[in-house]
Amino acid sequence: MQGTIESNSDLPTPLVETHGDAIDHGEHPDLRVLGLITFLCSEGLMFVGFFTVFLVYRAAAAAWPPEETEVELLLPAINTVILVSSSFVIHLGDTAIKKGDVAGLRKWYIITALMGATFLAGQVYEYMTLGYGLTTNLFSNCFYLTTGFHGLHVFIGLILILGVLWRSRREGHYGTEHHVGVEMAEIYWHFVDVIWIVLFTLIYILSVL
Amino acid sequence: MTQAELPTSAEVMAIPTTPPPHHPEKWKWYDYFTFNIDHKVIGIQYLVTSFIFYLIGGLMALAMRAELATPASDFLSPDLYNAFLTNHGTIMIFLWIVPASIGGFGNFLVPLMIGARDMAFPKLNALAFWVTVPAGMLIMGSFFFGGAQSGWTSYPPLSVVTANTAQSMWILAIVLAGTSSILGSLNFIVTIWKMRVPSMAWDQMPLFCWAMMATSILALVSTPVLAAGLTLLLFDINFGTSFFDPAKGGDVVMYQHLFWFYSHPAVYLMILPIFGIMSEVIPVHSRKPIFGYKAIAYSSLAICLVGLFVWVHHMFTSGTPPWMRIFFTISTLIVAVPTGVKIFSWVATMWGGKIRYNSAMLFAVGLLAMFVFGGLSGVTLGTAAFDLHVHDTYYVVGHFHYVLFGGSVFGLYAGLYHWYPKMTGRMLNEPLGKVHFILTFIGTNLTFLPMHQLGLQGMPRRVAMYDPQFQALNQLCTFGSIVLGISLLPFLANAIWSWSRGPQAADNPWDAKTLEWTTASPPIIENWEVLPVLTEGPYAYGEEPAEASANT
Repeated sequence: MQGTIESNSDLPTPLVETHGDAIDHGEHPDLRVLGLITFLCSEGLMFVGFFTVFLVYRAAAAAWPPEETEVELLLPAINTVILVSSSFVIHLGDTAIKKGDVAGLRKWYIITALMGATFLAGQVYEYMTLGYGLTTNLFSNCFYLTTGFHGLHVFIGLILILGVLWRSRREGHYGTEHHVGVEMAEIYWHFVDVIWIVLFTLIYILSVL
Repeated sequence: MTQAELPTSAEVMAIPTTPPPHHPEKWKWYDYFTFNIDHKVIGIQYLVTSFIFYLIGGLMALAMRAELATPASDFLSPDLYNAFLTNHGTIMIFLWIVPASIGGFGNFLVPLMIGARDMAFPKLNALAFWVTVPAGMLIMGSFFFGGAQSGWTSYPPLSVVTANTAQSMWILAIVLAGTSSILGSLNFIVTIWKMRVPSMAWDQMPLFCWAMMATSILALVSTPVLAAGLTLLLFDINFGTSFFDPAKGGDVVMYQHLFWFYSHPAVYLMILPIFGIMSEVIPVHSRKPIFGYKAIAYSSLAICLVGLFVWVHHMFTSGTPPWMRIFFTISTLIVAVPTGVKIFSWVATMWGGKIRYNSAMLFAVGLLAMFVFGGLSGVTLGTAAFDLHVHDTYYVVGHFHYVLFGGSVFGLYAGLYHWYPKMTGRMLNEPLGKVHFILTFIGTNLTFLPMHQLGLQGMPRRVAMYDPQFQALNQLCTFGSIVLGISLLPFLANAIWSWSRGPQAADNPWDAKTLEWTTASPPIIENWEVLPVLTEGPYAYGEEPAEASANT
């Protein structure tokens, strides 16, 4: 047998002693953060797929974006500032809970949620005022699909933050030792933020240059 | 515990266990129909569900072969033929081989092999299984809307102009199956990385786990790109975009790149776990240590890496520029090398061994022969100069059935015969298993070998009607497919009957050395009373174990 269910004096015994009574599922170190990061690597590659499509079509096109579908830069730039700074704000919440400060966590997460909602509202306003739609031409196809897909991720991140806030109402749900959920929402939010920086560079700045 | 106190396995079962309050002592039959988070239940759920889809996909194949017995279109209407053609491929890949090998064997075996009580994320694992159920329902439901017509590759413009509703359902089904695959893969990576028993180093891990690690990395990297491509296709069909419409600046070849960036690695998703099964079955039944442990382990990673850069060999005739053809011909030839390393290692493992010719080993040896043949025709196809002549002919169909049926399905059978005693606690009937093997081996070769000749003569694939000059060989193929259909009967009878009536299996009926054989057959709910400790390597056959085992 590769292994036996015994332990004897020749072999290190701590294994059996520490794990022998750990019958229940979940009696292993918390791996959820690692799982989330693995998932986000995969999720990020879906964006890479969309970005690649955008860049290849950009390289092949005579004019990119075509004349009737130029992008607006001011509003997205404001949105970028809001989203990037919200990543710092959410980290303050994480720092607070590591010191056991639930009120601080709630304060910073509420501000983050408001900034996220502002970003989404700004994006909706941008869609309504651009003057062209999803089906206008290949550029607008790419533009709406990619920014929309990112917007969907902001929306999911917002729900995660609201979920953390909802759970934090319960006394002692989060504390100095128990805050994996808080951390995961934060990591997801950073992911959304990083993707936006790439997206803003590729779709907005490259299109204006 | 001292040596004297060690319980035998029978006593282990007899000792009243004290499971945590939310677990029953033993799963009942109806637990297999619920959202159960035990990796063993999920593994069996995957295996049984995917086997049902295998039967459905197989019936579609038989119907197509019946149609192809004569040159005219007389048995199926051409539209139904197209729908069967599309969904046969889709079901066999996304609802049989991938879920059976990764979801089924992977879930059942990985925690047992590394000495864990479950996967890292049991609930996510159950979710990944249950996501495949609506995927299967969407595929079956699409037949009410005519069924997707454009082949499993769904190239635009065909996929944009035919059977829009069914095609959209097909896309959603594949995206769901892909989601399941991503969730399962991240679970495997974290489990194998972090949850091995502390006494197990990376190079003491059974090779099946190495294969699952490589498979999972590959699935995580490639699946999202397919999801992106299919999302664009879904928008083109339903929301008026023009990503793949050349009239409006789009490009159909873009879809092919996105599709094959996933779907070539998907070939490795379907064979790497099978290679893992081979690396377990062959040393056990050859009674010899595996030859070249590290070579086999690292070649899985090499296939995973190189396999990401060969996809354009599916597109040599898609207006691909010559420099690209040369690059991808070379990378395709390179990816054959790590596969060859594995083949030679298995042959060397068997060399001079005390081989047991039981059903599991017969299928494993059968796989070696079939896969070498399919691999060689694959090398010819990977060469651009040759591919230009046989692209989209039956030569391609013959090739990929040798690797997918002769490779993946033979490997799944080998795994089923090998681990059935562990999964059910019962032994399968050996004579029936041998009949099953002989019929399968003859049927496979009769069905798929003549296709190479048909392809060289120029018979195009994917078409219900053909030139009368091809009829004789087509009838041979159809005859072979009937043999293949019949070959399933002894297996089904064997598996169903043995599940309740077969002889009781011992904990370790094959005298194997990997950890899954240290627990009861079938394993108890949390896998072990006390977690096992490694005392020797996973393939240390013919070497005296350091200490007599507790439950052999």
